[in-house]
Amino acid sequence: MILNLGPQHPATHGTLRIVVRLDGERVISADPIIGYMHRGYEKLTEFRTYPQITTLINRIDWLSSFANEVPFIAAAEQLMGIQAPPRAQYIRTTLTELSRIATFLLFLGEMGLQVGALTPAFYGFRDREHILNLIEAATGGRFHPNFNRIGGLKDDLPWGWVNDTRTAMKTVFDACDTFEDLVAGNEIFEARTRSIGIIPAELGAAYGVSGSNLRASGVNWDLRRDGKPYLVYPELDFRVWTHPDGDSYARYWVRLQETREAARMVLQLLDKMPSGPIMTKVPLIIKVPAGEVWVETENPLGQMGYYVVSRGATGPFRVKIRSASFSNVSILPWLLRGVFVADVITILGSLYFILGDIDR
Amino acid sequence: MTLALDVGWGTTLALKTIIILMLVPAGALILGYTFLLKVMSHMQSRLGPMDPGGFHGWFQLIGDGIKFIQKEDIIPGQADRRVFAFAPAVVVISTFLVFLVIPAGPDVIVKDLNVGVFYALAVSSLSVIGVLMAGWASANKFALLGALRAAAQLIAYELPLLLAVVGVVIQASTMSLQGIVFDQSTGSIFGWDGLGSPFILTQFVGFGLFLIASQAELTQTPFDMPVAESELVAGYMVEYTGFRFLFFFIGEFGTAFAFAAISATLFLGGWALPASWGISVGVMRFLGPGVLFAKIMAVAFLMFWVRFTYPRLREDQLQALAWKVLIPIGLANILLTGIFKVAF
Repeated sequence: MILNLGPQHPATHGTLRIVVRLDGERVISADPIIGYMHRGYEKLTEFRTYPQITTLINRIDWLSSFANEVPFIAAAEQLMGIQAPPRAQYIRTTLTELSRIATFLLFLGEMGLQVGALTPAFYGFRDREHILNLIEAATGGRFHPNFNRIGGLKDDLPWGWVNDTRTAMKTVFDACDTFEDLVAGNEIFEARTRSIGIIPAELGAAYGVSGSNLRASGVNWDLRRDGKPYLVYPELDFRVWTHPDGDSYARYWVRLQETREAARMVLQLLDKMPSGPIMTKVPLIIKVPAGEVWVETENPLGQMGYYVVSRGATGPFRVKIRSASFSNVSILPWLLRGVFVADVITILGSLYFILGDIDR
Repeated sequence: MTLALDVGWGTTLALKTIIILMLVPAGALILGYTFLLKVMSHMQSRLGPMDPGGFHGWFQLIGDGIKFIQKEDIIPGQADRRVFAFAPAVVVISTFLVFLVIPAGPDVIVKDLNVGVFYALAVSSLSVIGVLMAGWASANKFALLGALRAAAQLIAYELPLLLAVVGVVIQASTMSLQGIVFDQSTGSIFGWDGLGSPFILTQFVGFGLFLIASQAELTQTPFDMPVAESELVAGYMVEYTGFRFLFFFIGEFGTAFAFAAISATLFLGGWALPASWGISVGVMRFLGPGVLFAKIMAVAFLMFWVRFTYPRLREDQLQALAWKVLIPIGLANILLTGIFKVAF
């Protein structure tokens, strides 16, 4: 029997279609079909100036949009040979980690929904609200902050924001504890996720799986620590969490720990936050010198990179976006062979992709 | 004091029919309102169902009703139209039939069958036919998968359900639900009869089994693969819209009401208060339904609490739980109950 999961299916987070061939309830083969919401962002960037492009790229992964802006701005800054002032770097890092928390809190709740528990999903949305409020207070946008500028940031932090963030981090720790009890500690959840959808480390790396998905397979690799230094991560003290199992449960567990770690990083950043300007001097009309640059960052979903080719105009000549979800999903046909229909859903949920990040 | 009701049999029959016809929708609405809208909103810190109409969102249920009625009635082109249309009715009818034997007072009962327990469980499993009809007639693969899952699940959990009840039947030495209620209200615990002897104290294993199995019969959350929203979208209900969907909804919650009523009757003493309290039969006629209702709500709270919190098992894990865990426990419970019954 051929079953079409999607393009409109609650478990696929958007318009992803998976053609599943079934024998009873067992999957013989599964082919993901993508491209239902292809928006042509790489092409669109060629017709826009650099400052305009941030409004496009923060819509790629709409759940952690601030984190998407950072690598592109970094690429442009590197080409221009300028650097944002320290305070701007710190604020950028803080907001990046906040968007990581926002994304993961949603995941931690939504993973419950994938296995049929309704309540955690609502808790996820409720706790994410605190983070979105912070992002809104700082940037003015909840989903699409559009806050980065080449050479710095649009605005400084509002008054009292630092203390609000400290308070909010407490709710994040509480939320993590709740999810640990309610979801990760549940016998049924463990039965549904342990030794389901195992990604071997080498194979995962060969498919280009990155981020928490790969760390859950035991690969100790995090661009915040191991990549080319960006933002202020070298000054922070944080731990890279890994899990040896590589199954759906491991992916949940690693994200749970990373949420806590991100909250700890935010607290560190707030303590170290320097004062000073948030913008360097940049020309009124930004022209980027000719050249090519590749910038990659550790986004919530995994490795995200921008290859920017400039020919000295106000807009890029060519931009290639490497987003994490596309590679993370490419392992699906291998991963879904021989599992049950119900496992397809938990595996999809635990890989945690955003359709915009796949299709662009 | 006795309050005698003296009406002709025709009037009695009409009254009973009307009450039974009202019970299922009323039960469904009460459970739906209390648990689905209010308790769940509190548990999940939801704002939506608490808002419409002002105080505690009282308008939400009415709004939902209006919404369901005005929706378009769609039948898929490939569907077997008559079977498709009739399936929701079959599901609901089985629930109506269950209420025939549930006593709500010393003589507030439609028919006190001497095989009451057996009848109730047999009739409640009729709904699987409706589910299969719905899944097959929808001409939809999600619906078909859901219906087959439902059939396998209802067959598997019928056994622990029956085994859980056998202990009660042995202890009460009767299969009549009314007899079981009387046995609990006149019983005593080690000679002390202040609470009667609700079977939950001696048959706690049976009570647990019954709750788990009825959760599966109702296709509620740890066992809701037939309607699994996140994988089969809505299972056998996927093609149903508007009023037909409302029928399934009423069937689901009405059956939850019925099962809560059965377990309250079997394990918590039903409508009766302990006989030693000395409340007369005439008063219990009016008090009984209220007592039963309170116990139903207590059981239903347990059922829905689990429903809102737990994740869903997988199909093979569900079958393994039924055949490898619940049935052996049920058999052991019967054995122990038998030994105690003979020994004491």
